[in-house]
Amino acid sequence: MRHAVAALARRLIAAALLAGLTLPTVSGAYQIEAEQMFGPPDARARIEVLSTTDIAIFAPVIEGFLHHNPTLAVHYVVASSQEIHQAIGQEGAAFDLVISSAMDLQMKLANDGLARAVPPDRIAATLPDWAHWRDLVFAVAQEPVVLLIAPQALAGGLAMPHSRRDLIALLRDHPERFRGRIGTYDPVISGAGYLFAAQDARISDSFWRLAEVMGRLDLKLYCCSGEMIADIRAGRLLLAYNVLGSYALAQRAQGGADSGEDEPEVIELEDFTLTLLRTALVPQAAPDPVRGAALLGFLLSAEGQRLIGEAAGLPPIDAEAFAAHPHLRPIRLDPGLLAHLDRLTRSRFLSEWQAAMDQH
Amino acid sequence: MTARRPASLRRRLVVQLLALAAVLAVLLFAAVRFSAERASEATLDAILGAAAIAMAEEIRSAEGGAVMDLSPGTFSMLAAMGDERIFYRVNLGTATLTGYDDLPLPDVVPAALAPHFYSTRYRDTELRIAAVSRSLRLDTRPTALLVLLGQTRAGQSTIAAALANRAAAVGLVVFLLAVPLSLLAADNLLRPIARLAEAVGRRGARDLRPVRAATPTELVPLVSALNSFIARLRGTLAQTETFIAEAAHHIRTPLAVMRAEAELALHQSGDEANRARLRRLIRAVDDSARSAGQLLDHATVLFRADQQALADIDLGVLAAALVERFRPTAEMKDIHLALVAGPGIKVRGDAVLIEAALRNLLDNAIKYSPGETEVALALKREDGRAVMRCRDHGRGLGGAALAQLSSRFQRGPNVGDVAGSGLGLTIVTEAMAAMGGRFTLEPAEDGEGTCATLSLPLPAA
Amino acid sequence: MRFLLVEDNRELAASVAARLALDGHGVDQAHSLAQAADCLAAAEYDLILLDITLPDGDGRDFLARHRRAEHQTPVIVMTARSAVSDRVDVLDTGADDYLTKPFDFAELQARCRAVLRRRGGAAQTLRPFADVVFDPLAATLSVNGQPRELRSREMRLFELFVSAPGRILSKEHLCDRLFSFSEPVSDNAIEVYVGRLRKKLAGSHARIETVRGLGYRLTDT
Repeated sequence: MRHAVAALARRLIAAALLAGLTLPTVSGAYQIEAEQMFGPPDARARIEVLSTTDIAIFAPVIEGFLHHNPTLAVHYVVASSQEIHQAIGQEGAAFDLVISSAMDLQMKLANDGLARAVPPDRIAATLPDWAHWRDLVFAVAQEPVVLLIAPQALAGGLAMPHSRRDLIALLRDHPERFRGRIGTYDPVISGAGYLFAAQDARISDSFWRLAEVMGRLDLKLYCCSGEMIADIRAGRLLLAYNVLGSYALAQRAQGGADSGEDEPEVIELEDFTLTLLRTALVPQAAPDPVRGAALLGFLLSAEGQRLIGEAAGLPPIDAEAFAAHPHLRPIRLDPGLLAHLDRLTRSRFLSEWQAAMDQH
Repeated sequence: MTARRPASLRRRLVVQLLALAAVLAVLLFAAVRFSAERASEATLDAILGAAAIAMAEEIRSAEGGAVMDLSPGTFSMLAAMGDERIFYRVNLGTATLTGYDDLPLPDVVPAALAPHFYSTRYRDTELRIAAVSRSLRLDTRPTALLVLLGQTRAGQSTIAAALANRAAAVGLVVFLLAVPLSLLAADNLLRPIARLAEAVGRRGARDLRPVRAATPTELVPLVSALNSFIARLRGTLAQTETFIAEAAHHIRTPLAVMRAEAELALHQSGDEANRARLRRLIRAVDDSARSAGQLLDHATVLFRADQQALADIDLGVLAAALVERFRPTAEMKDIHLALVAGPGIKVRGDAVLIEAALRNLLDNAIKYSPGETEVALALKREDGRAVMRCRDHGRGLGGAALAQLSSRFQRGPNVGDVAGSGLGLTIVTEAMAAMGGRFTLEPAEDGEGTCATLSLPLPAA
Repeated sequence: MRFLLVEDNRELAASVAARLALDGHGVDQAHSLAQAADCLAAAEYDLILLDITLPDGDGRDFLARHRRAEHQTPVIVMTARSAVSDRVDVLDTGADDYLTKPFDFAELQARCRAVLRRRGGAAQTLRPFADVVFDPLAATLSVNGQPRELRSREMRLFELFVSAPGRILSKEHLCDRLFSFSEPVSDNAIEVYVGRLRKKLAGSHARIETVRGLGYRLTDT
């Protein structure tokens, strides 16, 4: 019964959100989650940055930039990828740089002509072709989409799943252990979650079987990976699927006292592991596009990439990683991503997803 | 006002060839540009059309409406060439089902599943859109479905531009190559003219043989006109020769009558004064006759000099014959003619000219020598040349130089009492010049008389 | 000598014939090749003077026929043309010599003599006078069988005297005959030659007598 209510609630939310997505926005205001000012209060100029990345994680990178530009300040605003898309796509919000993990939404902004061309001298010559689309959208980090497993999930000598097949078998074989203790992004709410799920479904049919299995086990849906990681740590979740591993690793790096046995294992499934590109663009409506491009250039520079990798804990752009690890499947940064955003296609997927979730 | 000379053939040809090459290069560029654009557009349109058709076919009807599952691969592929931006719109009936709802509609409704292509402007960029329509059964009612799939063609433009640039570069290279090739072609084409000019130019000043050089078709009219001109000239000259001969006859016959009659009159006349007059008359007749003869001789020499009729001549034989001819004349003055000739001295030249030169020298020698002296003709080889030396014991040159004496009608300062035309040495000089020979006139070594020397090159052994 | 003069210009033929007669020669005139053939058929000649251009044919053809028939009479061609080819042609075709009109009659004499000398001349050329035998062809005087060489002018001078024995010949007349009209002649030239001739006649009965104020004459002592 509870499941049915939850399922209904999900459907209603889905419908509402669908409606929200298809109808032109009337509200006008996008919602932010957090914001922070970096740099001196009397700064000569202020760069407006809108991002999905947590402040705590990205702060070292911003500070690194300001270290080279002491007279500037950065207003760093965090919002969800959907809100960001709304802000830039519908409301023309005044930001100089937009960083988002939702590649597809960034792609749409660029395709729709809402991204401004960045002068080539800003771009490091070493940036590989697949790490940018035209001179509009640029990848600043490449992050695998992983499986997080709490150590106690495998208590009793259970084998670590290395493929989706293993995972399906694990879940199927131990339903009691995992019922209500598995989570993933809610594709209805989370843009990234939808992207991962859609890509996953495209690549192999194991996704739908996995979805059915997880649906039957009362899969918990989350808006963000932070909450999933927190819940795993807290023991409320044993397993999180299709999570941005970098957060977990970053938190692990920054964890300090919390780290230890409770840290979840980060598993890159060997049949394939999607790799997300965290992308940045300079909006057409940017009030200070030159400085926005300067910050973008810094993010792409050797120092910026080093900070992103070591300080932020996000894997930097690295072409050799794909060569060395064939299981890594990069999500292509091109208009193919638009297909996922098509409302009919999306509603079709989401209704299938809903059907999978409604399994008991 | 100076007349403008028509432009050089070579320059005209080169300029025209270059202009042609330029036009061709431009045409090449335009053609490549055009066909490149058309070809790439056709290819891209085909792909776009196929993608639109695939999209249209993917749309299915289900309860609650139409259902579509867009494949990212299609969009990726469409975007691949040149990072194009993709736009699409799906209309069911009049309502927009999904996509960019303000994407411009086509003017015509496309035929079933055959894509209709059109270009339009959308969101500040040029798009190429493929429109596909099909019928979808919704709730048992067939509904018109219109699928629009568009892409920017920046990549195509870039590629087309690159191709055009390459074509332009090729065109430029072709044009640059055309420059030396045009020059070569022009030279080659005009070479027959140059050769013809050279062949005719190599001739002697009045060589009147017809031009027989092999010439291309276009020059044949020129050559035949030239040849008929030459023939006419030759005819005229021949007529002149004939005329001269006829004139000679008509001048000399009356002179002969005059002389004979004058001598008869002299014999019959008793009056001293009359006899003196008749003697003067006879002298005048002789003068006329001699002048007429020399003039004819001179004309002959000039004529022959331009003919260049060469043959192998044994100078010894020629000199001997000439000496024999003059012997009676010399004998009349008791002048002894001596000939010393080396054996077998042969030259290549015109017998008529050599004979004319030698004859005039001997004539002069005999004329200006007093009776009972010797005129010696020596013929020998000297420094690779054949040398004929005529030595007399006459009155000498009187201090005059050869240059003076050999000009026409010029006589020496010391010969006023001897009848003469003044053409003799002119004839000798011109005859020798025509054969590349030399003529010198000097006082004899021991002071008495004159030494005239003719020399001719000996042919290489 | 007996000449056959073949010349179509009647005026010229008459003049030349009269002039030759002055020197004591006999001249028959023919004005065409046909007439010439008739003359040749009827009489013998010492020499033929042939004009090249005749109304009824080219003189060269006549020459060729004349040679083929092996007639011995020498031919001297008279020509008004002076094209070398004409001259060479003429000699090749069989003329013995040629002269260009108008010609010096002295030169004609000299060439006739040369031609006849070459041909081995007729016997009638010997001219006796007193005890002197004069051979004009050989240019010799024979005194009592002893030959005395004469120079050309000396011979011509003697010939003049011998043609008119006993007649007074003026210096002028002798000058006219001995020297060319165009030649410079010194005043005593005749005296010099008469003197030389007298020397050559020394020892014979032939004598050149000076007739004061009138001239000279050849006498038989």
